[in-house]
Amino acid sequence: MNGTREAPRIGVYVCDCGFNILGTVDVPGVVRYAATLEGVIVAKEYKYMCSDPGQALIGKDIREQRLNRLVVASCTPTLHERTFRRVASEAGLNPFLFNAVNIREGVSWVTDDKGEATGKAKALVRAGVRRVALQEALEPRSEPVNPNVLVLGGGIAGMHAALSLANANSGAKVHLVEREPSIGGNMARFDKTFPTLDCASCILTPKMTEVKIHPNITLHSYAELVGVEGYVGNFDVTIEHKPRYVNEDLCIGCLKCVEACVYKDPRFPNAFDLGLAKRKPIYIPFPQAVPTKVLIHAEDCLHLKFGKCKDTCAEACEKDAIDFGQKPERVSLKVGSIIVSTGYKTFDARRKPQYGYGVLPNVITALEAERFLAPTGPTNGIPTLGDGRLPKKVGIIHCVGSRDRNTNAYCSKVCCMYSLKLAHLIRERTGAEVYNFYIDMRTPGKGYEEFYDQLLSEGVKVIRGRVAEVTRAALTEAERGHLIIRVEDTLAGMVRRVPVDLVVLSVGLEPQADTQELRRMLNLSCGREGFLQELHPKLAPVSTATDGIYIAGACQGPKDIPETVAQAGSAASEALALVHRGKVEIQPYTAVVDEELCSGCRVCVGMCPYDAIAYDEEKKVVHVLDVKCKGCGVCAAACPSGAMDQKHFRSELVLAEMAGVI
Amino acid sequence: MTEYLYFPGCSLKGAGAPYEKSLLAVFRALGLGLKEIPDWNCCGATAYLSVDAEMGVVLAARNLALAEREDGKDVVAPCSGCYLALTKAKSTIAEYPDVRAKVTDALGRAGLPYTGRAVVRHPLEVLMTDAGPERLRGRVTRPLKGLRVAPYNGCAILRPYGGVDDTHTPHVLEDLVRLVGATPVDYPHKARCCGGMLTSGVQTVGLRLVEILLDAAKAAAANAIVTTCPLCQYNLEVYQNRLRKATGKDLGIPVIYFTQMLGLAYGLDDRALGMDQLLRVPVLAAPAEVRA
Repeated sequence: MNGTREAPRIGVYVCDCGFNILGTVDVPGVVRYAATLEGVIVAKEYKYMCSDPGQALIGKDIREQRLNRLVVASCTPTLHERTFRRVASEAGLNPFLFNAVNIREGVSWVTDDKGEATGKAKALVRAGVRRVALQEALEPRSEPVNPNVLVLGGGIAGMHAALSLANANSGAKVHLVEREPSIGGNMARFDKTFPTLDCASCILTPKMTEVKIHPNITLHSYAELVGVEGYVGNFDVTIEHKPRYVNEDLCIGCLKCVEACVYKDPRFPNAFDLGLAKRKPIYIPFPQAVPTKVLIHAEDCLHLKFGKCKDTCAEACEKDAIDFGQKPERVSLKVGSIIVSTGYKTFDARRKPQYGYGVLPNVITALEAERFLAPTGPTNGIPTLGDGRLPKKVGIIHCVGSRDRNTNAYCSKVCCMYSLKLAHLIRERTGAEVYNFYIDMRTPGKGYEEFYDQLLSEGVKVIRGRVAEVTRAALTEAERGHLIIRVEDTLAGMVRRVPVDLVVLSVGLEPQADTQELRRMLNLSCGREGFLQELHPKLAPVSTATDGIYIAGACQGPKDIPETVAQAGSAASEALALVHRGKVEIQPYTAVVDEELCSGCRVCVGMCPYDAIAYDEEKKVVHVLDVKCKGCGVCAAACPSGAMDQKHFRSELVLAEMAGVI
Repeated sequence: MTEYLYFPGCSLKGAGAPYEKSLLAVFRALGLGLKEIPDWNCCGATAYLSVDAEMGVVLAARNLALAEREDGKDVVAPCSGCYLALTKAKSTIAEYPDVRAKVTDALGRAGLPYTGRAVVRHPLEVLMTDAGPERLRGRVTRPLKGLRVAPYNGCAILRPYGGVDDTHTPHVLEDLVRLVGATPVDYPHKARCCGGMLTSGVQTVGLRLVEILLDAAKAAAANAIVTTCPLCQYNLEVYQNRLRKATGKDLGIPVIYFTQMLGLAYGLDDRALGMDQLLRVPVLAAPAEVRA
């Protein structure tokens, strides 16, 4: 081994990171200071340590100067710890004799004053040098990867990822978990997709069916993730199936039960139609639902609510599939990786009260407009007003809740394009005059600008300006009885009042309401807007800070269908790569016992979440089972006599590092 | 008896006298006490706040400091301008330490401590919250059946501080109209501008705004407009003839205070409600007819 007992010969390499660090930190000063520290043989500065020449520089020094310890002061270890461990390893140095010091995210990016930043960088380098001197060589461990993959969310992202994985025939089985009774996600609600105006169902339903029948996919619909344990390659997940009160294996989707329900007319809001259409207590969410199985909404069903009903549904069912006694059911699965594709929710338009949503009649959201335009929707594809008339003039208001510091500052990216699509469809179905009120028309994408051009030539009107309000307060006889859109037309330089019959609010996309719970369960992070955070915005867009968990689609940020599908494919290939590798390296940070100090109190045994500590009856001490230990450190913290320590995080290392900082 | 501290402001002692009369009469009828803040001064509204904002805040704060002497009693400010000025002063002092320092210094020299604990309320909200709809309805002896009322809130009690009703879709005044047996008409203009000071400053703009409100009330076939603010009442009432001459439209409609409306429904004397000081009064069904 690269002698852990020899006197330390430490090399310190301080990275400029272009101007990222150099701009705020006096790097030559830090280098000069590092050279004075005990055990430091060589200290150097370089423009980009992570570049090939930078790496070569370090490798050469390790060999020629016989360095036995390495410190690189650069960016966060999540980015390049792996890189420099490899550099050490290739130069014949045990990779665990390297220490990463973060002077970019931890110093230069968050400190304005150059003097302060330089002082802080020096302190961190001093801490890193003291720590590395005490580090010991460790051997990485590896464990086999479970080839199965869990996909969370059965919208277009989840379905595409699941099918990509399943079609690879790699031996990987896919578990697709969808919390709604049917897969399909929001895309199933749309009639047409931009910019090609191809029918959403026509491209979506074949995929839905394929998911259902694919031998490599197990579909868990109407189920939610409730627990996750383990780590990359070896996750233990628990999902809970919500009761449908219908035996999914027996139901053939004939709908005779729905016909027979004691409620003769549908009277409960159907969530799939955003409450715009009604359903019975026993129902199928929409005609193309997959699985094509009915379910009973417990709060609406007379039997389940009051225990009193003629149970005509059960009588009508020839398969005896109705099961009022169903309870939530938990299922445990073992998977090696997880793809999160939980999608988005739309902005609540009530948060912009000046647009009158929920107060004024005939003010609807874009998602509701999608349902009105869908042939399976509440008005069979022809958007009508509340009283059944066809609208003559329609206003579509862009950026509702988006690009607005009072609500969401970010651009939701898809709204300009879907608003144009809605304008086209509304004109096509109703012959109405359609106005789009926009701040900026954002149509980057293949065929997108051309679509905008096409719409303009069709005669859709566009007015540039953020709408001030939608009101019924008429000023003239002509305005009376209409919704008046008040807006500053910033191209014409005037205030306009546009009377319309129907207002469509182009609401932005937001993270799902329970993203934070999911984030905690999966140990992920979220960005400022609350969307799930990728490992690197450019270079690792579907990976996360937790190995083996990937993200795809709008749960990561607003995106349209083509981008979502591309990302889903990318996440699937990341998961497949892991399956193909077959094993994962596990950090060797296991716990160790100093038998001299161990009193045999066994506090640690009870604390260990992995059952990795055993008690030796003969020696009256505990010992750690390396294979089971995950290196969480709980036992080391709990041990009253200081006998338990964790490799790479031994008390003396941590204390030396702390002493270096202060 | 619940007692409130009454801050009349200049309007209620002047052109808004019918408001004061009806307010006092209705509070008395409901067994609610109103004690005028002794030695109150200008609320600081409009002119002061526009010319010297800090001085305006100090003026308003003096009234609040006086109110603090009567600990635990809420301030009732019936004029929307006063309500806004007092609320704004309180909020500004709380938000800006430098303003607070000026205020405490100025008032301190007069021996008046200011802590900011006085609560400023509008009588519409006091009646609807503290007395409550049941008690308000229970006192009605002469339901205003057949009276079609345009409920007009104006701006200052809704924006920007609010505290009385929903800012964008106010409904409390409408609820009160229903409560006394009258019929609220559909009046989407209820939170639009009455013209404010523009009726004297920039008349072409101010009177156009008045015209819009009267026009909409007439179009909705209202017999009366109900207001919560002396300036709204003044603007909507006094320019009717002039607008008729200018536009050729019949824009004549009684404009009454919500407290007058309540008083009428409580069967209080017209003179006690200041009805005789209005230019137009609503025609009500005879009490006998109502009972029949």
